[in-house]
Amino acid sequence: MFVYTFRRTLLAIPLLIMISIISFTIINMAPGDVTSMFINPDSDPADIAALRAHFGLDKPLLVRYFIWLGRVLTGDLGTSMWVGRPVLDMIMERLPNTLILAGVSMLLSFAVAIPFGIISATKRYSIFDYTSTTFAFVGLSLPNFWFGLMLILLFSLKLGWLPSGGMRANFDEFELIDRLRHLILPAIVLATGTMASKTRYMRSSMLEVIRQDYIRTARSKGLSERVVIYKHALKNALLPIITLFGLLLPSLVSGAVITESIFSWPGIGRLVVEAIWTRDYPVIMGVNMMGAIMVIIGSLIADIGYALADPRIKYN
Amino acid sequence: MAKLACNEKLQPSVKAEQDDTLTTARKLRVFWRRFKKNKTAVLGLSIIVFLTLVAIFAPFVATHDPEGTDEDLYNIDAPPSRDNWWGTDELGRDVFSRSVYGARISLAVGLVSVSIAIFIGTLWGAIAGYYGGRLDNVMMRIVDAIMSFPTLLLLITIMAVFEPSIWNVMIVLGLTSWPSISRFVRAEFLSLKQREFAEAARASGASDARIIFRHILPNATAPIIVAATLGLANAILSESALSFLGIGVQPPTPSWGNMLTNAQDLASMIDAPWKAFFPGFLIFVTVLSFNFLGDGLRDALDPRLKQ
Repeated sequence: MFVYTFRRTLLAIPLLIMISIISFTIINMAPGDVTSMFINPDSDPADIAALRAHFGLDKPLLVRYFIWLGRVLTGDLGTSMWVGRPVLDMIMERLPNTLILAGVSMLLSFAVAIPFGIISATKRYSIFDYTSTTFAFVGLSLPNFWFGLMLILLFSLKLGWLPSGGMRANFDEFELIDRLRHLILPAIVLATGTMASKTRYMRSSMLEVIRQDYIRTARSKGLSERVVIYKHALKNALLPIITLFGLLLPSLVSGAVITESIFSWPGIGRLVVEAIWTRDYPVIMGVNMMGAIMVIIGSLIADIGYALADPRIKYN
Repeated sequence: MAKLACNEKLQPSVKAEQDDTLTTARKLRVFWRRFKKNKTAVLGLSIIVFLTLVAIFAPFVATHDPEGTDEDLYNIDAPPSRDNWWGTDELGRDVFSRSVYGARISLAVGLVSVSIAIFIGTLWGAIAGYYGGRLDNVMMRIVDAIMSFPTLLLLITIMAVFEPSIWNVMIVLGLTSWPSISRFVRAEFLSLKQREFAEAARASGASDARIIFRHILPNATAPIIVAATLGLANAILSESALSFLGIGVQPPTPSWGNMLTNAQDLASMIDAPWKAFFPGFLIFVTVLSFNFLGDGLRDALDPRLKQ
């Protein structure tokens, strides 16, 4: 087990290096750079050159990559070219907000998907199964920005039940109810996207388990259907869901970008959308790297968790 | 039923060398018989055909000039009426007519970007799967690395770097969505290259390129078609999201996504909700149709893949 964990962690390193190369290459293909924000067309070329030298833009690409990589390894993601603050600080102060939103919507989507998947599987080809399959397709196809706007329109503007954006109305002190009211709509929007695939996955995983011999044994012992499904089958059917957690992380992060900008949620998704307009490359690259690192760590945890939970699987 | 389908599949392959056209026609008939059983897939296909016709004949379907006229400015944010079926936007432009032209953009972006993705993904997956070994390992690690990026974040990064335009959206969507297709193709190649027909081709001295493209690839088309259809759904969603964020298709060219950009502020949402409702609803219906179609195609083309 220890060896597997170690090997799996080592495998993540070339992946991280490749990710850094890809993002660095993309960003350096940019035609303009940050200096164009500070100069006007009449600026003295010497000033422009000095400015470029100040930002280190005069060095060759490869050199700049290694300078940047060396810094990243010591936790320095660079300084925002626009705000002048360390990128890591900017990400870190917003990361908790993104994690709260992502965590709550993850829980919400599992809370809906698991029971729906179980019932769909046990009552296969029933009306419930068809309805939940259709809803899964709907969830998969909803553009989350439109869905978010429609929820705002209905629940904030027409009915006035919930706030339309932001993270809190009470800025003086922490108030749980106030925070939750702000969290409901964005969490629903973010949860809907991945809920669909989770329901389908849970359904097929349950169907797989129900076919097994030990379930037939449990039934022939005369156990009630309830005990067979929820005590014997569920445990094994839930195992593959751990893998799904890792697989769906990238779409969760992508969804967070849109959801945060619709609901003015101050997370890293909104940070990157804001950074686009100023071409603040260190910030864009920092968030991009952070997103990819989060995905890799997430799937690492999911893989190791799966290996821990399922002793049948041998890793070599 | 399963046995019957199996026989139908076997027979044509025996006769394959005698009469190619006959088997193609038969395969199509079998495919259609399976496909039309899936009601939602047929519904999806019908909607897609309808939208395609609307997109092609947009100038005849649209009731107004989608880019707007000077007179439009006297009629801004007007609610749906007999003249403007879906209301007008903040510049008085007809939302219905813009949506009709938006269908062109969405479908065109989807088709072009998916074609690019299929081209690269098939080539990449075919080479990795056929040669295997170290090459396969390196190529698939690159795929893993690209797929570790949250797609939208990667798209935003690239689009922020390049000039936002409809062409760049097509290229960038194509260049970022091939990795998942390459995985499908690779898996298919890994198993197909071991089959007798591939062995036979190799024994008869066919070149690698010939085995890959003439012998194995035609047998791997089913998963590629399914991946392409589902890829279209994703491409349309991604294009609309990018255009919505202002880094995709640029106004005044109407796209379902960028029509929502100016509709999202709270004042517009209260005064003119139709600006946000109709284009978004069209995105939803189109994406849903492609997902239904893709699901139906998967069941009809390759029953093994059925869940």
